[in-house]
Amino acid sequence: MDWYPLFNSLRIAAISTFIIFFLGIFAAYYVAKLPRLVKGVLDVVLTLPLVLPPTVVGYFLLRLLGPKRVLGMWFLEVFDLRLTMVWYAAIFASAVVAFPLMYRTARGAFESFDMTLAHAARTLGRSNTWIFWRVMLPCCKQGIIAGTVLAFARALGEYGATAMIAGYTPGKTATISTTVYQLWRTGDDAGAMKWVLVNLAISAVVLLCVNMLEKKDRRPRRKAAPVSGEVE
Amino acid sequence: MNLSVDIHKDLGTFKLDVSFETDSGQITGLLGASGCGKSMTLRCIAGIEKPDRGRIVLDDKVLFDSEQHIDLPPQKRRVGYLFQNYALFPNMTVAQNIAVGARDKKVRQETVERLVRTLYLDDQEKKYPRQLSGGQQQRVALARILASAPEVLLLDEPFSALDSYLKWQVELELSDLLSAFSGPVIFVTHNRDEVQRLCQQVCVLDQGRSQSVLPVKELFEAPRTLSACLLSGCKNISRARATADGKVEALDWGVTLEPGRPLPEGLSHIGMRAHYIRPVDGPGPNRLPCKVERVVENVFSTVVMLSTPGGSQGFSRLRIELEKGRWSELTGKDPLWLELPPGDLLLLTQDR
Repeated sequence: MDWYPLFNSLRIAAISTFIIFFLGIFAAYYVAKLPRLVKGVLDVVLTLPLVLPPTVVGYFLLRLLGPKRVLGMWFLEVFDLRLTMVWYAAIFASAVVAFPLMYRTARGAFESFDMTLAHAARTLGRSNTWIFWRVMLPCCKQGIIAGTVLAFARALGEYGATAMIAGYTPGKTATISTTVYQLWRTGDDAGAMKWVLVNLAISAVVLLCVNMLEKKDRRPRRKAAPVSGEVE
Repeated sequence: MNLSVDIHKDLGTFKLDVSFETDSGQITGLLGASGCGKSMTLRCIAGIEKPDRGRIVLDDKVLFDSEQHIDLPPQKRRVGYLFQNYALFPNMTVAQNIAVGARDKKVRQETVERLVRTLYLDDQEKKYPRQLSGGQQQRVALARILASAPEVLLLDEPFSALDSYLKWQVELELSDLLSAFSGPVIFVTHNRDEVQRLCQQVCVLDQGRSQSVLPVKELFEAPRTLSACLLSGCKNISRARATADGKVEALDWGVTLEPGRPLPEGLSHIGMRAHYIRPVDGPGPNRLPCKVERVVENVFSTVVMLSTPGGSQGFSRLRIELEKGRWSELTGKDPLWLELPPGDLLLLTQDR
């Protein structure tokens, strides 16, 4: 059995999750600080890929990155680089589709962050950058990990936009999801079944990881104050 | 070291309008009901919030001046802020929390060790804040602030997050620590007993407006304004009107009183503390006939609510507090005559 689709899917999901991780966190951090009106508009724009059909996302991406379109043409001329129908084209698709998951979970975590911690650090002389990396991110760790795992899972399962922008070329742009469709379409039921099982296994492992992380965080906390208070 | 504050800020529901001065070695209480702008005042001094107008000056260092467009960031103000919930970083151990305050890397380790010892936090260094009791958390927060070598200390209701059985001990500890601190200290609270025990001077805040800074004794013995009198815990207050011959007509109590001293300009209320009111045998000056409405037995005293000639509702009532034995002698008297000793009458004006 040719394992290329598995390798390709994992590599696409990993790279797009890496990109989304930083983009999502910084978008969440800065959007939370914006005035209400701008915040509302930006929030809609950044969340839109979550509710749009992937084919619509694919259409927009093709309009932008296609060889005869603005960005696609520029990359082709300057770098001699095609942005569609190559394996890394799927990165754009899965990154755009999975981005809102990271952005929204990170924003939720930042919004529930106790700002007095930041105020305290500032009065103690610490810079805003220090506060962000050393207090805010660690305190929001759970939300950010949850967002990352969700984004990874979504990126791994991306089909619609990927099929449009990267297509299906065996050994080149084939991912698990496009392979399943292709094999089923051509009547190779047993082949499709194999990939379905692979996909199931990966998803189960991811969800198991999430559950284990949550359990680790729910380890029993010591009761805060014994009755005598100061005795310890 | 002298801290002078004069700030104005529109907070929508009310306007913050605070001005006071305080010196080294002084603990100044900011006393006021919840939501009167106490915490906001501290946040402005620390630089977390920006006042609309005004000046905050620490000795010759201008922290904030709206006219000169000076607004130092909190990092540069050297103002230590003890938050109500202590704001310890949950992801760091006690030692790491304290180290955050120490700015100088070279002496960081020594500073942490020294403060751990002074604040009795030995054996706690490796614990996380959630593993500590409320009193210990407060000590960590204080150690962290002292590590940053502040020039001013701001304490925001430091005992409100503690259980009552812990409060007394923590208060004593804090009082010792504060006496070792050389700069000005501002202590925010709504509890007059804490002010009485910890502060040397007090500034009453009412609906965002500050009144003049008074020595603590003066506030409790001779409050001059209605809000100061209420905050000092006085339960008997009546609307009042000065009469032409220098007497005071207590409108709610239905009696005219002779304070025996000049009346302040703009007299609007009079007050009388419950434990200064004397039961007497019969009529006379500054006496009024009352009727017992309710008797509440405390552990060591008896509180009696009485209706006055002015009525039996709300402010018309008088409240007296007597020792247990004393009350049994008076039971059954109707009317019960009460004397309001002129020297103890509090003559009050409306706030500015």
